[in-house]
Amino acid sequence: MDDDSGAVRRSPWATAALAAIPLSFLGAFFIWPVASILVTGLFPGGSFDAAPFREVLTDSNLLGVAWFTLWQAAVSTVLTLVVALPGAYVFARFEFPGKRLLRAAATVPFVLPTVVVGTAFLALVGNNGLLGVRLDGTIWAILAAHVFFNYAVVLRTVGGLWSHLDPALEDAARSLGASRWRAFTRVTLPLLRPAIAAAASIVFLFTFTSFGVILILGGPGLATLEVEIYRQAKQLLDLPVAAVLALIQMLGVTAILTTYSRHQERSAVEQHLRPAAEVATRPRTRGQRVLVTGVLTSMALLLGGPIAVLVERSLHGEAGYGFGFYRALGQGSRTGARIVDPLRAVGNSASFALVATGIALLVGLCAAAVIARRRGQLSRWFDTLLMLPLGTSAVTIGFGFLVALDAPIDLRAAWILIPLAHALVAVPFVVRAVVPVMRSVRQRLREAAAVLGAAPHRVWREVDLPLVARATAVGAGFAFAVSLGEFGATSLIARPASSQTVPLAIYRFLGQPGTLNFGRAMAMSVILMAVTATSVFLIERFRTPGPGAF
Amino acid sequence: MRTYLAALLILAVVTAGCGDDGVATTGGTPTTAAGVVRLLTHDSFLVSDEVLDQFTAETGIEVEILAAGDAGLVLNQAILTAGNPVADVLFGVDNTFLSRALDNEIFIPYESPGLASVPDDLQVDPEFRVTPIDFGDVCLNYDKEAFDGLVPPQTLLDLTAPAYKSMLVVENPATSSPGLAFLLATIATFPDDAEYTWHDYWADLRANDVDVTEGWETAYYGEFSGGSGTGDRPIVVSYASSPPAEVIYAEEPLDEAPTGVVTDGCYRQIEFAGILRGASNPEAAALLIDFMLSEAFQEDIPLNMFVFPANRDAELPVEFLEYTTLPQSPLSIDPATIDANREAWLDEWTTIVVR
Repeated sequence: MDDDSGAVRRSPWATAALAAIPLSFLGAFFIWPVASILVTGLFPGGSFDAAPFREVLTDSNLLGVAWFTLWQAAVSTVLTLVVALPGAYVFARFEFPGKRLLRAAATVPFVLPTVVVGTAFLALVGNNGLLGVRLDGTIWAILAAHVFFNYAVVLRTVGGLWSHLDPALEDAARSLGASRWRAFTRVTLPLLRPAIAAAASIVFLFTFTSFGVILILGGPGLATLEVEIYRQAKQLLDLPVAAVLALIQMLGVTAILTTYSRHQERSAVEQHLRPAAEVATRPRTRGQRVLVTGVLTSMALLLGGPIAVLVERSLHGEAGYGFGFYRALGQGSRTGARIVDPLRAVGNSASFALVATGIALLVGLCAAAVIARRRGQLSRWFDTLLMLPLGTSAVTIGFGFLVALDAPIDLRAAWILIPLAHALVAVPFVVRAVVPVMRSVRQRLREAAAVLGAAPHRVWREVDLPLVARATAVGAGFAFAVSLGEFGATSLIARPASSQTVPLAIYRFLGQPGTLNFGRAMAMSVILMAVTATSVFLIERFRTPGPGAF
Repeated sequence: MRTYLAALLILAVVTAGCGDDGVATTGGTPTTAAGVVRLLTHDSFLVSDEVLDQFTAETGIEVEILAAGDAGLVLNQAILTAGNPVADVLFGVDNTFLSRALDNEIFIPYESPGLASVPDDLQVDPEFRVTPIDFGDVCLNYDKEAFDGLVPPQTLLDLTAPAYKSMLVVENPATSSPGLAFLLATIATFPDDAEYTWHDYWADLRANDVDVTEGWETAYYGEFSGGSGTGDRPIVVSYASSPPAEVIYAEEPLDEAPTGVVTDGCYRQIEFAGILRGASNPEAAALLIDFMLSEAFQEDIPLNMFVFPANRDAELPVEFLEYTTLPQSPLSIDPATIDANREAWLDEWTTIVVR
């Protein structure tokens, strides 16, 4: 099945044209800025300085930080997979009321500011927490928060492929005498492997660069490279050391991604994908009902718990429950200065997310087409390069924009930088959602189309596009959500108050004391959740299945 | 389905295209017009529209405010773009970072006539590369309800007493600006050459179960029990202006602040503005700095940024007179000394308190 010999070869020019869009995007807004800031940091005054390298490489604390970054990310990834895979199965194979809404709602944690989630976790597992166990300052709180934030990545990426797997394959194995477990591990798991690997790589990168969660829930004793880069840049103003750490972070990410993409390419299996609607059924047996109930209950506890705390706090005023905090959102300071314009913030966030998703789709789909068709070293490097922004510190990207984008046009204080920064992080989601499905599209379908006289672009449009539409919607949903929730890079881009986004507004409220400020931050967070769930839900509506369509 | 996706793709191309147009027209050309001055600042900056309008009415110059993150990150950005800045004026460098700003030569000197109304102790740079605009004191705050009938701490040293065990939450000086200010307050109070040094003090605080959070938000809202805090620690490192903020941003009107200030061991942060070297409109920048020292701007500061005006003639709002006490003798350390020792102090602090 790995045989490429009968493949419809795209002309090299077509591939080059497709690759040109993502390459120029990454070149201008990732490689050039990041290279510029690293050179600025590593060559202070124009000549190379080895001292910061020596400082980092001989500092046992910093090496400990690197090690902690790696292992906590690995454990978080495995744990997220273990917790979320049953969810992916249930969402792929069963129909139940409210399923679509729930799947959209599961992305909500993904966009929440870590400070807000942090205080919600503290309310649950902090001192005198509602759950009665104290986990703050421990690795357990960090792991739980990482599962909370990344559950949707596995649910949606793996669930996307799983819902198209032909159940006949597993049934056949079962009828040949394989146990349920054996049928799963020997048939289903290998078929799912590309999607699992895709989800795992994203979760890994997210947790590898984890920042707010570590700072808030881990306490002062735990730090990732990301935390250390931020600390060096913000409090120590030590750019050379920050640059060395950023370099180490990127090298680590590159090494991991290279291993991943080798594996990913080998594990892709072409198969007959089925429409999701034909695959999913209502739970029939008792066992199935128990499973569905179990998964939904665990989601309600894990994802619903912290969210419920935030909703409760946004409604709970001193005079009882009500919408007072929501009504006060637009209220200015005593002198009439406008702190937050809630409608404008929502409008800005939605517009930036729309532009970012547009860019991410354009770049991501072109890139995915190149990666899925071309195998070999070059394609692997391309894939790694696309993922790299996800594993790069927001400080590196934000500062990179600043030192690199002053010419030919000075973009350093232009609004477009905000959606561009978001798109950098969103592209991997589109690519990761789409490539496994593209690779699984049976080559014979394409060949048949070509034999019937279809030009390559027509083969792509008529055969691939409908098949990858669902995956594209999943990727677009993520891209939109990533943009809605992005804070780190956005806050570093010089911007007027009129460009304030919802996450920036939340931090603005949390910057000053007062019950009204705290309540308004909670209310703004709930609005962010609602906007996210609604827009992801709407994006998924794009793929309303017609007869035989996906 | 195909049409949907095609529509989505077209949308993608169109929005991307529109985006580029937008850049060329709005953000493309750096400001050179005499009519606009750009002010680069941190996310906490806030001023009333009417006040800025007054400046525009007087001078014909529009002010464009650009926020770019936390004060430390903004300064670093200004250093990275030294000589080729994104704005004309930078506001928000404080005395803990001042040396770094001056050493990197990001500012050009300007002596504003408004300095005549600014007390001498706020005027730190004899070369006038920066102009003091406001100051704030980082002080311990306590929960009045928790100390009902009990005595709140009076001095920094009190916090090491068994009576205050497990009561204090501080911010990590390695990640937080008030956290750093509080560390500096302890260094100024218990210097290295004293019998009882700040090393001993922090070891005692640790033995007394001090809680450390990464930033002010988590310390105040997450761990502190007073006012709007949701935690259970009755003493927190915050600002002398936090009690007025509690009153002003109370959900229901309050007659009294729910929190109090310990006036011993407060560290004074002074915020400066300066004209960036390479500014495209230095004349307008100078006018803006003059205006920032004017009573109109200075009197607008407290209720928006919760710090105190540098101009001694500016009137304070009633909440600032009623609900807080300014420390008689706030602490401070020379900016050059801070810059020379910051990294070592932070490492030592981390070793004592965290490891």
